[in-house]
Amino acid sequence: MAEFLLVMAACVLLSVLCGLARVLRGPKDADRMMAVQLVGSGSIAVLLLLASAFGDAAAVDVALCLALVAAFASVAFALGLRQGAGE
Amino acid sequence: MSGAWLLDGVLLLAVPAIALASLLSRRVLPALAAFVAYGLLLALVWMRLGAPDVALTEAAVGGGVTGVLLIGAAARLLMPAAAAPPGWPLRLLTALLCLGVTAGLAVAVLALPEPAPTLAPQAAEQLAATQLGNPVAGVLLAFRAIDTLLEAVVLVIAVIGIWGMAPDGAWGGRPGPVQPRLADGSVALLAMLLPPVGIVFGIYLAWVGADAPGGAFQGGSILAAMWILAWLAGLVRPPRIDSLALRLLVVAGPALFMLVGLAGFVVADGFMAYPAAWTKPVILLVEAALTLSIAVALCLLVAGWPMRRARA
Amino acid sequence: MSVMLDLFSVLAVLGGCFFFVAGTLGLLRFPDTLSRLHALTKADNLGLGLIVLGLLPRAGSVLGGLKLVLAWALVLLAGAAVSQVIARLAGREGPAP
Repeated sequence: MAEFLLVMAACVLLSVLCGLARVLRGPKDADRMMAVQLVGSGSIAVLLLLASAFGDAAAVDVALCLALVAAFASVAFALGLRQGAGE
Repeated sequence: MSGAWLLDGVLLLAVPAIALASLLSRRVLPALAAFVAYGLLLALVWMRLGAPDVALTEAAVGGGVTGVLLIGAAARLLMPAAAAPPGWPLRLLTALLCLGVTAGLAVAVLALPEPAPTLAPQAAEQLAATQLGNPVAGVLLAFRAIDTLLEAVVLVIAVIGIWGMAPDGAWGGRPGPVQPRLADGSVALLAMLLPPVGIVFGIYLAWVGADAPGGAFQGGSILAAMWILAWLAGLVRPPRIDSLALRLLVVAGPALFMLVGLAGFVVADGFMAYPAAWTKPVILLVEAALTLSIAVALCLLVAGWPMRRARA
Repeated sequence: MSVMLDLFSVLAVLGGCFFFVAGTLGLLRFPDTLSRLHALTKADNLGLGLIVLGLLPRAGSVLGGLKLVLAWALVLLAGAAVSQVIARLAGREGPAP
């Protein structure tokens, strides 16, 4: 069971990493922030799977940390743009 | 092939690739987006290396504080494509320097005797004397407490340095640009719902660090991130930098730590020595003060320096 | 009973992984920003949700299970807010310089 969970974690990670191609291609900056958001959710999933596979409760805490700050990069970007444009 | 190898293999290939993508990007924002993703993956790497305390710090600081700082700044500056790249002699020199450092590190790590020299067994033996359950906390707050004290002082110095960037007329005002109050909208909702959860979690992280992965820095970073979110949404205003209460909060942690260290001359064996019966309560008190100061210092570092003349 | 629970976990985690892959495919292949955003939120909500569901039987205690659900709830909240923010951003942004 632990092996299966780890293989699933690898699959999820590989999948969201492919999504990072959006960071390079764009075309809009919004697409790039979305790719980072996906990596964030994927990392949380991987951490939860790791926690369950190894019985390590600390990984759940790291996942909660990530979940709390997941939105920050995108929010900072959007609000920063608004300020830069002088709204 | 075992699942762990598969996961580690993906990480091993992905981390350098993302770092490369970040370095080779021509525009600033793709580079920063890749950098934030790099930080997220690094948290996974720390977990796989068996360092949950470092993973917590990477997640809290890299995702919350650093991401906001860098991406917010890049967006505000509306930076176009990067300036003209430096000439080839400088680039060659940089490449040689980086290669040299990498090769040196690789040689140093690969040439370590087996088993590698380490103080871990002695630290593990002495951990019981500190009454702590988390060996990392033991090292940070008991065996190498002076390092942690110096790190806390560095944060205070950084805050002073940031404040020093203020124009003369603006000294004493509220730090940072004016954040328009987003009365309604999704960011305001987020800024009202997340902080209660985040504050509880931050305090929990700082508290549990004595016996499980966590600690003052991790908890303080989460607390800072929650305030930063509320600040970005315009729900809170930073206090004026000439406010005595603010300055006391910034120095409270390192000052208390220093006091405890000096008291060690009187009540225990020397500087930074703890009296045997009171070790854990003293350590917890110092950690609480450090958490508060670290949170305040990080908030101030992100807020920046006062930009306008101080008013009421 | 534990075999049933294991089977449930396996199926749920497989489903979650499927939605992550689907979300990535959508992010890469959909024609415009807003539809990619739609794909992204499916990965966040359903992908992570199914994985959390599958891991719940394996959680050591009630607190452990609650932490899992909390992580998912936070991602849902952040995802909802960020989707709005990104969509408004995409509407305002012109073509990249």
